[in-house]
Amino acid sequence: MLNDTSALSRRRFAAGLALGTVAFAMPFRVAALTVDQARTMIDKAVAEINGVIASGKAEPAMIGDFEKIFVRYADVPAIARSALGPAAKQASKAQMTSFTKAFQGYISRKYGQRFREFIGGEIEVTDAKPLKSYFEVISIAKLKGEAPFDLRWHVSDKSGSLKFFNIIIEGVNMLASERAEIGALLDKNKGDVDALSAALKSL
Amino acid sequence: MLAQMYLYPSYVTGMIPSIALVKENQALRSALLRPILVCIALGSGLAACAPSQPGQPYDPVEPLNRQVHALNRGLDKAVIRPVAVATKGKGEIAGRISNFADNLGKPADVVNNILQLRLGKAAQNTLRFGFNTVFGLGGIHDIASEAGMPKNDTDFGETLHVWGVGEGPYLEVPLMGPSTLRDFFGALVDAAIDPLNSLPDREALAATAIKVTSKIADRGRYSDTVDSILYDSADSYVQARLLYLQNRRFELGQVAEEAGFVDPYEDPYAE
Repeated sequence: MLNDTSALSRRRFAAGLALGTVAFAMPFRVAALTVDQARTMIDKAVAEINGVIASGKAEPAMIGDFEKIFVRYADVPAIARSALGPAAKQASKAQMTSFTKAFQGYISRKYGQRFREFIGGEIEVTDAKPLKSYFEVISIAKLKGEAPFDLRWHVSDKSGSLKFFNIIIEGVNMLASERAEIGALLDKNKGDVDALSAALKSL
Repeated sequence: MLAQMYLYPSYVTGMIPSIALVKENQALRSALLRPILVCIALGSGLAACAPSQPGQPYDPVEPLNRQVHALNRGLDKAVIRPVAVATKGKGEIAGRISNFADNLGKPADVVNNILQLRLGKAAQNTLRFGFNTVFGLGGIHDIASEAGMPKNDTDFGETLHVWGVGEGPYLEVPLMGPSTLRDFFGALVDAAIDPLNSLPDREALAATAIKVTSKIADRGRYSDTVDSILYDSADSYVQARLLYLQNRRFELGQVAEEAGFVDPYEDPYAE
């Protein structure tokens, strides 16, 4: 009887220890898993971008392809909301929907037009790490005849799935740059979000 | 380099005025060196003279800066851009000129590396200079980069940063473009302490001409990028300022998250 209890408690202790170890290790395993997932996600996005660059398509077709990649891998609503800044708070749901759509096209055209410079070049993912409440995936862009430069992707799963919400080119923050740009455009349109959305469509 | 150009909209015209000005004026040169000695004497105390707030651009002279920006933009539109675009397409030659100009800048980089007490980089830059000068036909071929040697570009603004001097107020300088008080002062010092100054007048003038040509060639080479900032953005002044400051902090190894970081998920304005 006595032996039984002690055997039981020993077994229980072993089980407890095992469980405890698992529980303790869990957060680290999850974090490591997500870093890998973030890296894999950017790897996929980069492969698709490299594919578009290498396709040799005409510019409008490339821009169309770029927009699809952007929508698939980026958290467009979060980026649009952040770019709009304080005005997003007052905007109605319908206004935000139409702004987000206009913003998405504007970004795709603006950055897609620059794809010419990437022809013959490629992007290579080199590292990924947790940063604050999200993940940073580090890549190197190698363009023909240029020194390689640093390109970082900030990835979060707060939208429900892993998406990137910012790109940092040699320290320059795309989101900060677009906040300044959209802010200036909003001022030009006298703070009217609908007018801003309409203006974005022609940019 | 592409990204760099992206960030230095009118920087393409480079240090033209400062180099020419300082070279021709011995008195000015010593006047420039005197403040350096004061800097050294004051040490990091100078940091307090030049306040900088990470994240927010410190731009107390914005109205004046905006006027200079309009001037730079006008100059670019009327003179620099047309010249750059007309001479564009000679990509190979532009690349050679740019290599040659970069190589000419290496002695000054070595001086700064020593002042920064970065002796390893000083040695690397000396080696790079010798390598490219001897095997790269005087520097028109950048063999060192092809062999995987780092570029290690630097300037006196970086030296001041290493000494603990903050960037100070943002400045847009005529012809030179975006800068800060620290970096503009650094550019003047660089022009004054450049070892190429000890070259005979004709050679020194040729070196300056090469550097200017290189800047104009760069303006042509990256014209799409520069145009998108100067002419396609809603507020080109703000874009140029943001790009310059963020990229400069990145170059100096300052933490990116302090340089205007935005987290849309923790955004006070979001939701």
